[in-house]
Amino acid sequence: MAEMTYLQAISDGLRQEMRRDKRVFVIGEDVGVYGGAFKVTLGFQEEFGPWRVIDAPLSETAIVGGCTGAAIMGMRPVAEMQFADFISCAWDHLVTVAAKQRWRAGTPVPITVRLPSGGGFSGGPFHSQNPESSFAHIPGLKVICPATPEDAKGLLATAIQDPNPCLYFEHKHLYRRLKAEVPDERYETPFGKARVHREGEDVSVITWGAMVHTADEAAQQLENDDISVEIVDLRTLIPWDKQAVLESVSKTSKVVVLHEDTHTGGFGGEIAATIAEEAFEDLDAPLKRIAAPDTPVPFSPVLEKAYIPQVEDVVAGIKEVAEY
Amino acid sequence: MATTSTIDVVMPQMGVSVSEGTITKWLKQEGEPIEADESLLEISTDKVDTEVPSPGSGVVQQILVQEGETVEVGTKLAVIAPEGAEAPAAEETPPEPAAAEEAPAEEEAPAPEAAPPAEAPPAPAPAAADGNGGGEKTFVSPVVARIASEHGVDVGQVSGTGRGGRVTKKDILAFVESGGAQQQPRQEQATPAAPEAPPAPAQPEPQPEPAAAAPPAPAPAAAAQPEAEPGESYEPMTAMRRGIAEHMRRSLDTSAHVTSAIEVDMSRVVAIRKKLKGEYQKSYGVNPTYLSFVARATVETLRDYPWINGELRGDQIVTRNYVNLGFAVELADGKGLIVPVVRHTEGLNLLGMARSISDIAQRARDKKLLPDDVQGGTFTITNPGGYGTFHGTPVISQPQAAILGTYAVVKRPWVIQDDRGEDVIAIRPIMNLTLTYDHRLVDGALAGRFLRDLREKLESWDEDAY
Repeated sequence: MAEMTYLQAISDGLRQEMRRDKRVFVIGEDVGVYGGAFKVTLGFQEEFGPWRVIDAPLSETAIVGGCTGAAIMGMRPVAEMQFADFISCAWDHLVTVAAKQRWRAGTPVPITVRLPSGGGFSGGPFHSQNPESSFAHIPGLKVICPATPEDAKGLLATAIQDPNPCLYFEHKHLYRRLKAEVPDERYETPFGKARVHREGEDVSVITWGAMVHTADEAAQQLENDDISVEIVDLRTLIPWDKQAVLESVSKTSKVVVLHEDTHTGGFGGEIAATIAEEAFEDLDAPLKRIAAPDTPVPFSPVLEKAYIPQVEDVVAGIKEVAEY
Repeated sequence: MATTSTIDVVMPQMGVSVSEGTITKWLKQEGEPIEADESLLEISTDKVDTEVPSPGSGVVQQILVQEGETVEVGTKLAVIAPEGAEAPAAEETPPEPAAAEEAPAEEEAPAPEAAPPAEAPPAPAPAAADGNGGGEKTFVSPVVARIASEHGVDVGQVSGTGRGGRVTKKDILAFVESGGAQQQPRQEQATPAAPEAPPAPAQPEPQPEPAAAAPPAPAPAAAAQPEAEPGESYEPMTAMRRGIAEHMRRSLDTSAHVTSAIEVDMSRVVAIRKKLKGEYQKSYGVNPTYLSFVARATVETLRDYPWINGELRGDQIVTRNYVNLGFAVELADGKGLIVPVVRHTEGLNLLGMARSISDIAQRARDKKLLPDDVQGGTFTITNPGGYGTFHGTPVISQPQAAILGTYAVVKRPWVIQDDRGEDVIAIRPIMNLTLTYDHRLVDGALAGRFLRDLREKLESWDEDAY
């Protein structure tokens, strides 16, 4: 066990995967010589050479298109989008080709696309988004949103070995803020298994990614109000652990769904609908969604703070549901 | 109009918040002919006891729910067949054809899913889930409804700690854990009723009527009712008793009850009543009771005290430009109480008031009240003075703010001033009045002024104005 930041854990997991599996290679903008915009692949080119750590032209289309071809030919590419926001340029290759290839031709497409996502540092509308729900809607893609260093490493290994295109959303705000013990050896964290981040009795908060930590701070504050909060970290959205969510709902009967993505069409809506369909008789209060408003992410630090759900917002939301 | 095909008689909806009713008496037995609108049975709900008229003419072909059983609104109670249909006796013995013929319609009412015929009449739980046992409209969340249904709990009996007094999951779980569910009367009620049941339906034909019979009697009886101690005997609570019990408890848990009393010299009212009595009796057939004088003066006084005629609703104080006056009426058997409401009493003079009170009290005793007759009261008068009591502390009818108690008119030595302004002792008919009010809304000074003004109106009764 070693203490690692979230970023180091991703780096460590990727390095281990590349060491043990020659099919794995990295491609992205500035991932080679520069070591990546966030330095996830720092030193990788020295260790694995320029043919396994490829500096790509400024074209997400080319990166994902190339990865798709390589994956069909048997490689296990790991593409880095410098920012998750830029994935829209690769939409067609991901959605039209990679996601459907296995279903129409039976060919696995084992791509992992690393997506530094999320706001909290005044990155503005092009460098702060959480576009996970857009891809969760596309059959054939898997969506991964680790919240801890340990999960970041384990889920990356699982993603790289998965035969399907996997979108791996790594939250930039957690990169260096979050530090925890991470096992040294390689391990795979299974998809579709939620993690109860915190046990509680009164209200369930269903969330993922950086919001797990916002929820945790809120839960700590709410201890003073004698409100016991259970936090379910989904870890992966596709597939998502319905069972764990329903179990938690059955226990507390009160639910807050929290995400950093915008409200309308956010993945929280899917969770809310599922709870309404399958756990109606377990509910003791209307379900509450806490999410960003339906606007682009603002630059201004003040506005950004108002935009991204803050601890106070979560405290207020949980209270409202608890007191119902 | 005679029926051409069979008609189902279902448990009627007696007001929005009533979810179930108890069959108290079948007025017709199987095989008896019945006219449309002729009374078929008596039912008792939390709010009102009433007769259910037959929806058509014909013969009572089948009675599906026995006396003493409590069923959900909409449950099929009986089947009326066109006259000249098969003889009821023959009809009963082979139950299969009847059941088969009716199966689709018959079974949809009571039990939510499960195998229909076996469950039809008892089905107490889903009704409880409605949570309106006490007649209070409070939202029951899905999980609370489910728990109530699983444990046979009447949500109305659980005190709520959620928003607006809503019963939360924790509340009902605590109630179940504390053994509250066992005190649930409904099961007990169904079982003791069976042995008592009059000759005909339930017992003679247990075999042919499995569908309609109560659930296997011995088991619930054993579970629900402990052995009586020597010298004790059990009597099931009626729906009305249960409703009263719940409402009284809840009222005391809700309002901050305070009672103020005042003595009223009724000389003038006595004199006027004496004068009007003959005229009212002769011309209108109505007795101008003391109660109608008090009621009339009360309505007049409430005009100046809107809060006493008001209500606390959440954070808001509700006041009205009308007075719907409730009157506590004891039922003839002495085993219950009902509070029928005379609406818009602000538009009634003394004669109108006397007539309305007499009408509604009579209908209450005859069990002819309609759902609307017991709803929407804004202020209540209770009159326990008939037995000579001179003071009491009634319980407020929720969600009202106050209740007036009227007591016996008693001749008492009274200090008055004679023509020369000297104090002398006279014999005067004195009546005590109490106002029990919710101190959350009404302060003592306000209540005091209200009683003072009410006394003033009674002592200086203005015949022309009233």
